[in-house]
Amino acid sequence: MDLLRFITAGSVDDGKSTLIGRLLYDSKSIMIDQLAAIEKQSKNKEQGEIDLALLTDGLRAEREQGITIDVAYKYFSTPKRKFIIADAPGHIQYTRNMVTGASTADLAIILIDARNGVVEQTRRHSIITSLLNIPHVVVAINKMDLVDYSQDVYNNIVIDYAEVAKSLGLKDVTYIPISAAFGDNIVEKSPKMSWFEGSSLLQFLESVEVEKDINLTNPRFPVQYVIRPQTDDLHDYRGYAGKVISGIYRKGDAITVLPSGQTSTIRAIEHNGKEVDEVFAPQSAILHLEDDIDISRGDVIAKSDDLPKTTQELDVLLCWMDNKPLVTGNKYLLQINSRVVRSVVKEIEYKLDVNTLQKTDATSAVLNDVIKVKIKTASPVPYDSYSELRENGGAILIDETSHVTVGACMIQ
Amino acid sequence: MSKYSLDYLDHLESEAIHIFREVAGQFERPALLFSGGKDSITLVQLALKAFRPGKFPFPLVHIDTGHNFPEALAYRDELAKKIGEKLIVRNVEDTIKAKHLTEPKGKFASRNALQTYTLLDTIEEFKFDACIGGARRDEEKARAKERIFSVRDEFGQWDPKLQRPELWNTYNGRINKGENVRVFPISNWTELDVWNYIRREKIELPSIYFSHERDVIDHEGQLVAVSDFIKLDPTDKVLRKKVRYRTVGDMTCTAAVESHASNIDDIISEITATKTSERGETRIDDKVSEAAMEDRKKNGYF
Ligand SMILES: Nc1nc2c(ncn2[C@@H]2O[C@H](COP(=O)(O)OP(=O)(O)OP(=O)(O)O)[C@@H](O)[C@H]2O)c(=O)[nH]1
Ligand SMILES: [Mg+2]
Repeated sequence: MDLLRFITAGSVDDGKSTLIGRLLYDSKSIMIDQLAAIEKQSKNKEQGEIDLALLTDGLRAEREQGITIDVAYKYFSTPKRKFIIADAPGHIQYTRNMVTGASTADLAIILIDARNGVVEQTRRHSIITSLLNIPHVVVAINKMDLVDYSQDVYNNIVIDYAEVAKSLGLKDVTYIPISAAFGDNIVEKSPKMSWFEGSSLLQFLESVEVEKDINLTNPRFPVQYVIRPQTDDLHDYRGYAGKVISGIYRKGDAITVLPSGQTSTIRAIEHNGKEVDEVFAPQSAILHLEDDIDISRGDVIAKSDDLPKTTQELDVLLCWMDNKPLVTGNKYLLQINSRVVRSVVKEIEYKLDVNTLQKTDATSAVLNDVIKVKIKTASPVPYDSYSELRENGGAILIDETSHVTVGACMIQ
Repeated sequence: MSKYSLDYLDHLESEAIHIFREVAGQFERPALLFSGGKDSITLVQLALKAFRPGKFPFPLVHIDTGHNFPEALAYRDELAKKIGEKLIVRNVEDTIKAKHLTEPKGKFASRNALQTYTLLDTIEEFKFDACIGGARRDEEKARAKERIFSVRDEFGQWDPKLQRPELWNTYNGRINKGENVRVFPISNWTELDVWNYIRREKIELPSIYFSHERDVIDHEGQLVAVSDFIKLDPTDKVLRKKVRYRTVGDMTCTAAVESHASNIDDIISEITATKTSERGETRIDDKVSEAAMEDRKKNGYF
């Protein structure tokens, strides 16, 4: 069985948590005791119905305020597929938590309240979806019950959003009108919207093809840890432990270690304690080389006929995630997979205006800004362009004094 | 399906191995918190895959409440011996004496909360900078919110409103002096995933996971084992039942389920069909309040 990771995004109160509750409820993935717990809490509310958002709003502060603060991860499966859901907060203040949830997603469901249409936060989350290069997007036009299940309302929002999708270059966008609260077009097709010809949300989630999203053509293997038992019988054992983040490695392949540029050949591959002839993404493995060369954590073993770029000057689209502003000249640690280097933000080229999606001049950035910057690193970084190979094109910036993660870098 | 597609269990396994190796690469003094339950047993299996033929770059650490199932303790000692890794045991009993802590009273007086004191002392004693644990996000709604690398302050406290961003599979383990990181390699596994993995990997488990006969009392619909650690009321009826455990915690706060499942296949069919969650069916301590787990975590609990 395969696995689909998706996130729900969109503005505050558009119904993200309710949608997930509905998916879990209608696919019978909620246990009786969990249902009893939320039923008890929902009774305090006016409607007298169960508030499905309580299933994911797991923090006390969230339940008190009726909003989502941080991502909740939920799990369910159908006979066709296993799902990992990230329920993101819609509130602008918590955008960095949305970015966290979105960074591992194969698909984003962007909710829009049918009464309000596309709003600023819809655009913000769409920008992030496009920056993070999430391969598939579903635009779920929610609360259709509050607009009499009107096809016109739906069509107008589709026209509006298509503009956003076009200017952001979002590919593979699917539109579905739903009512999360009443279950229309969630698991089954709704008789109330017979004008809608597409499939229900769950049918779509079960059938969208994700296998092709894994890159099997550009082999990259960041070394995480060197295994050297140094016992009598394993005296000369030296294995490079890591994960194949993309591509396929075979015994006998000619490899280059970056950034040093040393070359060798794969002598043996271990996977799950057994010698194998090949490993592929996203398997974890241990590689052994013919030659005794100096390799440590953070180096990348690539195939000699397909090398990533190596540089000390990076062009980066950056999501700023710290309360302290980013100012040109600030120094940070840059971590790409297992490699950490010192770096400085040299120049801010522009800032993206969330409403107009235009580039504007800027010399600093504040929480949740999306900016284009030039970063210089103290030592060379092997990388790929994020849009071509997201596994080797994403990096984080870490504040050296607070140790907090302050930026998400999509290397151009 | 192509030759290069992986089953979801392979995805989860590789993700967990990657997390283990990040811990090994980023921290100076990590530890694996081992309870003898199926989740931490799964962690050991994953650590073997991550580091063999090398040694684990961390010891196994068990915080022993003194209320554990004897079967789980025996299993713990045997496992550590079999894999040849270091096992550190620290006892809640000792902390209670040294610190003059007050034992909770009542019928099911649980040391679950006191465990946190011993854990924090042990972290301090060995200067552990990372503690790997087997918590899963599907277990409980506060856990569903936690990062894979979860930073704790010097009091072990979790601040759910101020979690670090965690992007892609890039884990930031940098911390200030005194802080430590709790790491959860099987965050994304469900109970059923763990059982399916145990079956696939043919992992041995403590016998209490399988159906056996036991003296129990019925406490508000939950079956609690009769042991030295719980005080029976005169009205309690001791029943002899065929039971198994879905989770292994303290004898005072873990309930058994009636079951005839004596092998993994039967257990998996039962869990697939069950309508009650793991914690809901087996944990007596989570029923206290809606936010019981969140509060315990804020105070340094796992
Ligand atoms: N009528 C109607 N109400 C809905 C629908 N979906 C959600 N709601 C209501 O909208 C409100 C907000 O829903 P949530 O699911 O909490 O919204 P959210 O998008 O998760 O909000 P944040 O996470 O705080 O950004 C709740 O009162 C829901 O009951 C719907 O389809 N129809
Ligand atoms: Mg929400």
